[in-house]
Amino acid sequence: MALKTEPFVINIGPQHPSTHGVFRMRLTLDGEVVIDLEPVIGYLHRGIEKLAEGRTYTQNIPFTDRLDYLASMSNNLAYVLAVEKLAGISVPERAEYLRVIMAELQRIASHLVGVGCFLNDCGAFFTPLLYMIREREKILDLFDMVCGQRLTYNYMRIGGVSHDIPDEFLPALDKFVREMSGFIDEYDQLLAKNEILLARTKGVGILPKELAINISASGPVLRSSGVKWDIRKADPYSIYDRFEFEIPTGSVGDAYDRYWVRVQEMRQSVRIIQQAMEQLPSGEVLSEVPHLFHPPVGEAYGHIEAPKGELGFYLVSDNSIAPYRFHIRAPSLINLTALRDMIIGWKLADAIIVFGSIDICLAEVDR
Amino acid sequence: MTVALSGKEIATKLEEQFPGSIVESSQESLVVNSEFLLPVATFLKDAPGLDFNYLTSITAVDYYDYFEVVYQLTSIEHNHSLIVKTRCYGRDNPTIPSVVSLWRGADFQEREIYDLMGIRFDGHPNMKRIFLWDGFQGHPLRKDYL
Repeated sequence: MALKTEPFVINIGPQHPSTHGVFRMRLTLDGEVVIDLEPVIGYLHRGIEKLAEGRTYTQNIPFTDRLDYLASMSNNLAYVLAVEKLAGISVPERAEYLRVIMAELQRIASHLVGVGCFLNDCGAFFTPLLYMIREREKILDLFDMVCGQRLTYNYMRIGGVSHDIPDEFLPALDKFVREMSGFIDEYDQLLAKNEILLARTKGVGILPKELAINISASGPVLRSSGVKWDIRKADPYSIYDRFEFEIPTGSVGDAYDRYWVRVQEMRQSVRIIQQAMEQLPSGEVLSEVPHLFHPPVGEAYGHIEAPKGELGFYLVSDNSIAPYRFHIRAPSLINLTALRDMIIGWKLADAIIVFGSIDICLAEVDR
Repeated sequence: MTVALSGKEIATKLEEQFPGSIVESSQESLVVNSEFLLPVATFLKDAPGLDFNYLTSITAVDYYDYFEVVYQLTSIEHNHSLIVKTRCYGRDNPTIPSVVSLWRGADFQEREIYDLMGIRFDGHPNMKRIFLWDGFQGHPLRKDYL
């Protein structure tokens, strides 16, 4: 006898541990299988783009800290690059190296949280996450040394960085870099071939290559689908053309590939930091830029490869001291476009894993 | 290095293909008449040698007299980029065609522009607010919203 069944709508979030912030998924289920999904966002919308229009270029740097708060250094970098492009400001050599070191440390820190929370979602409850938090803590200590902050750094300035590094920074960084490769090996031993992780993530939530491009995915989400596209290589900003590193790519674009690509990217970041430490020149870290300056009328788009994808700032200047328009190309928001395609047809328990594998930050989604 | 293609050169090509489609062009960007937006975008996406298969971002700027919608296109295959703009006039119900049928990455971004700037995208499958709630009055990123 056929049972009469009806589609069932449930809400996950906005307050739910697996949504990593205030995010709501409205799922339509047929039994356990997801047949439709609508992401509901905006709970953390603070109107940063509007607020920025009323503040000077320098005053806007702290706002960028509050986008993806797990990668404040990267946000700082993308914004100051855009302003420097708009106003034609040059940056001292030493500051460029410090920026690269901070941005790559930040990538490791962000990926540690991203991978750790993803494993949490897979059911490896808190053990791997706490291992990763342990390493992230060392990065936060390093950031604390250079700017006195552990989360919202406000470290980069238009024309350089706010402070030179203290004497104890380089030895501590050297120690961290030496240890980090070993820690990544440890993760691989514990996780990469773990049968439960493989069963839960292999072949789950596949994002095909063509769709990934069409949907404007970026960062690890795009690369895990097999697209070799990294802005550090494709359109090198700052001094990234001076370093040797590889772009890890996945083969099928499933949840496992997205996990794997992030772990491999941490290895590459360690390589970049090592090279930057060797080449670090001495000298000034901040060129002389007046507090209030008037960029010429025009527009500029500065973008970087942030931990979560392509982060870009589109600025329009009307020759006043504040941006006429301040737009943020937020990778977290645009990567979410792919969520529906990735989840439909999978079970409810898989939906949580697929969502976790995108690695978004709601403060950046909603802005 | 991503090569920024000359707006002027592409504009000449487009003007040959679609007479009357270009409003103005410069080295950095080109402005398309919004009536021609869809055919021009389709051409840019599919023409061999251009292959703009990746829509990096869409955003809009309020210039009081008109709204300017800015499309940043990239070709992953050729590693080149182009900035295409289009303008829409009137503040009551400005409307331009949606490009979701070409690049699905436009989905949330067009909804964001509708929500915050109040420009409607004709042909969008789900044209409603994305960040603010349905009963919200006005569009905050407009220059006359205080």
